[in-house]
Amino acid sequence: MALTKADMAESLFHVFGFNKREARDLVDSFFEDLRSSLASGEQVKLSGFGNFDLRNKNQRPGRNPKTGEEIPITARRVVTFRAGQKLKARVETYAGTRE
Amino acid sequence: MTKSELIEAITRKQHHLPAKDVELAVKHMLELMSETLAGGGRIEIRGFGSFCLHYRPPRMGRNPKTGQAVHLTGKHVPHFKPGKDLRERVNEVLRLPFSS
Repeated sequence: MALTKADMAESLFHVFGFNKREARDLVDSFFEDLRSSLASGEQVKLSGFGNFDLRNKNQRPGRNPKTGEEIPITARRVVTFRAGQKLKARVETYAGTRE
Repeated sequence: MTKSELIEAITRKQHHLPAKDVELAVKHMLELMSETLAGGGRIEIRGFGSFCLHYRPPRMGRNPKTGQAVHLTGKHVPHFKPGKDLRERVNEVLRLPFSS
């Protein structure tokens, strides 16, 4: 099962005793503020976790994989995530199923 | 934006909560996310994106200083896939000047 906003709010409620409404608002606000920062063109740096960077991509030729038809992929700005040292180190040792 | 700026931004909206509580909450949320990934789990946040692990198979690497070949074991790395809403909002800044 994947971690969701509901799980995170539930944990804030259990661990710190925030009421359910506060917990939900905190989780919503957390992701909304990350999104607003990125939408305004500002990268996000969360030490210990990682950075969300913005990259500008130029237009490039693409293809509809179904029909083979050539269509240009328009210029765009995309978000990339670079995990921090600490997170990388914690994840690296995971020895479970390979994806 | 840094972690402390994020905490300030959330505190401005949740003004009934002390900044210290918001700080605890933010650190806890990041810890939950790290823990999930460290255990091989996925994170799914609608409108923001999802995190999962990608496997990097073992390979022969080289010590860039000495040129000596070294064996590197397989490992997992965190991967983030932005969600639809985030993708669109980040791209709007570029699209607007053309569409107007």
